[in-house]
Amino acid sequence: MTKRYPDGTVAVDRLSLEIPDRAITVLVGPSGCGKTTTLRMINRMVEPTEGTILLDGQDVRRQPVNTLRRSMGYVIQNAGLFQHRTIIDNIATVPRLLGWTKQKARARAAELMERVGLDSALAKRYPYQLSGGQQQRVGVARALAADPPVLLMDEPFSAVDPVVRKGLQDELLRIQDELGKTIVFVTHDIDEAIKLGTKVAVLRTGGRLAQFAPPAELLSAPADAFVEDFLGADRGIRRLSFFPSADLELQTAPIVPIDADAAKLASRATAPYLLVTDLDGRPLGWSEPDRLTAGAIDPEQLLDFGRPFLPGTDSLRTALDGAVLSPAGWAVAVDGEGRAVGVVSQQVIGEAIRAAHSRVAEQAEVKAGR
Amino acid sequence: MNVLDFARAFFSDSAHWHGYDGIPTRFAEHIRYSLEALLIAAVIALPVGLLTGHTGRGGNALALIATAGRALPSFGLLVLMFTWIGFGMLPVMIPLVVLAVPPILVTTYEAVRSVDPSPVDAARGMGMPEARVLLQVEVPVALPLILGGLRTAAIQIVSTATIAAYISFGGLGRYIIDGLYQKNYEKVVGGATLVAGLALATLAVFWAVSRLTVSPGVRRGG
Repeated sequence: MTKRYPDGTVAVDRLSLEIPDRAITVLVGPSGCGKTTTLRMINRMVEPTEGTILLDGQDVRRQPVNTLRRSMGYVIQNAGLFQHRTIIDNIATVPRLLGWTKQKARARAAELMERVGLDSALAKRYPYQLSGGQQQRVGVARALAADPPVLLMDEPFSAVDPVVRKGLQDELLRIQDELGKTIVFVTHDIDEAIKLGTKVAVLRTGGRLAQFAPPAELLSAPADAFVEDFLGADRGIRRLSFFPSADLELQTAPIVPIDADAAKLASRATAPYLLVTDLDGRPLGWSEPDRLTAGAIDPEQLLDFGRPFLPGTDSLRTALDGAVLSPAGWAVAVDGEGRAVGVVSQQVIGEAIRAAHSRVAEQAEVKAGR
Repeated sequence: MNVLDFARAFFSDSAHWHGYDGIPTRFAEHIRYSLEALLIAAVIALPVGLLTGHTGRGGNALALIATAGRALPSFGLLVLMFTWIGFGMLPVMIPLVVLAVPPILVTTYEAVRSVDPSPVDAARGMGMPEARVLLQVEVPVALPLILGGLRTAAIQIVSTATIAAYISFGGLGRYIIDGLYQKNYEKVVGGATLVAGLALATLAVFWAVSRLTVSPGVRRGG
């Protein structure tokens, strides 16, 4: 579809996208790339000049505009809450529009507050009494209130600070796991796009599609210089987020407890560095073997062990980050309780990265051959 | 005798407290004229102000009308209407309404227009019909300002409704006009005091109305 304004500006230029069901599609691009206009054409806040939008095969213009909008959740930047209504009544807006009784709508709203992680004590508060992050949660709850199959989100998290934003993103992914909505998400933040998107559409200024692909593919094979530039300098590192760390070969030999005796220390002295743990097995720090004296290990003298990773859950990126952060050049793997389960060198991580790359390349060949 | 003595003399004279020229009768007349004028002005100005504010169109035309309305002298208009139309309530109402429309119109327009656009966008995006967007999203937030416009109009009406007495109607203006004619300054001061008192009471009424109708979520701190 195309959107051309009367003054001749083309906001969206012959864009054609197939948005997957029950997945998050992110529209990302610099300001003026038409991403918000595209989103607003889906619920007809903006009417396309040319082209059509099909929802389950049906033109969105075939049903009354307000019926269409009530079937799509809509979340905007700064939440756009109604300041004269309490939190619970804000969330109950669309059910009330659909003719639900006040009681039923409020019961549903209370359920959603829980779902988005809002304390029920906030129900009778007014928006100005909430923090920015809480307001945005209310915005999401309000959009979900009538259980719409489609959720349109227009830069919903860009006005909150990075820590709160990360919390909201994680929360959205969790909710999406539970509900499986078809979400169209607009952002100018490529990191947010890569984190949230099942598929990411990169738009360029002038409203043209530059690339539409899953985030891992975007990072490994940007379509052109514009996409590559937009992804930023460290896309190689960021791509590692999509490779699991589960297959890393961990070593346990260089791990010694703080109460290790002389014999044990001597038997491990071949390793360049030893990881000292406390009596529960939690890492304390690295040391060169000859600097350790049995019975007199001072935790203050140990080298920083960086940030440990969880082999099952974390990606190769986290593992590599841990190895780079530690002066020893080794990453520490821990279990859910924070106990060291193994260590791995930068070299081994490097081999794992190469292996992962060649696996992806093979898959791409198989796909191309088919 | 100073002003306070005049006032004391006026209010302590029991003859001023009953009969067709008594304070309760004149008070009731004055309130009736004022309410009628405010009601007519609100019926004209509120819908126009709400609609122009909602659509954002016609702001320049409004400013023009408002300035013209404010420039017309109420007393001159009263005499003009009286000579045109003759005796009746209409020549009294016209200047009062002309006086009250501009503040209601302009503040209502500005109040609706200055509502944060993001909840309005959200409301439309959720499929709220336009009338509801105006009445349930914009008006509740604009209400403190709208009430402010009505209050300004009401106070101007209360103080100006004294001119009704000039063309033989009642109201508190009666005391002022008659007192001046009879050189009875007790009456003049008493009438003026009552008008000022009624203006203050109007303020109090609007304060109470805004406490009752403005949502705590909008009121906060203001």
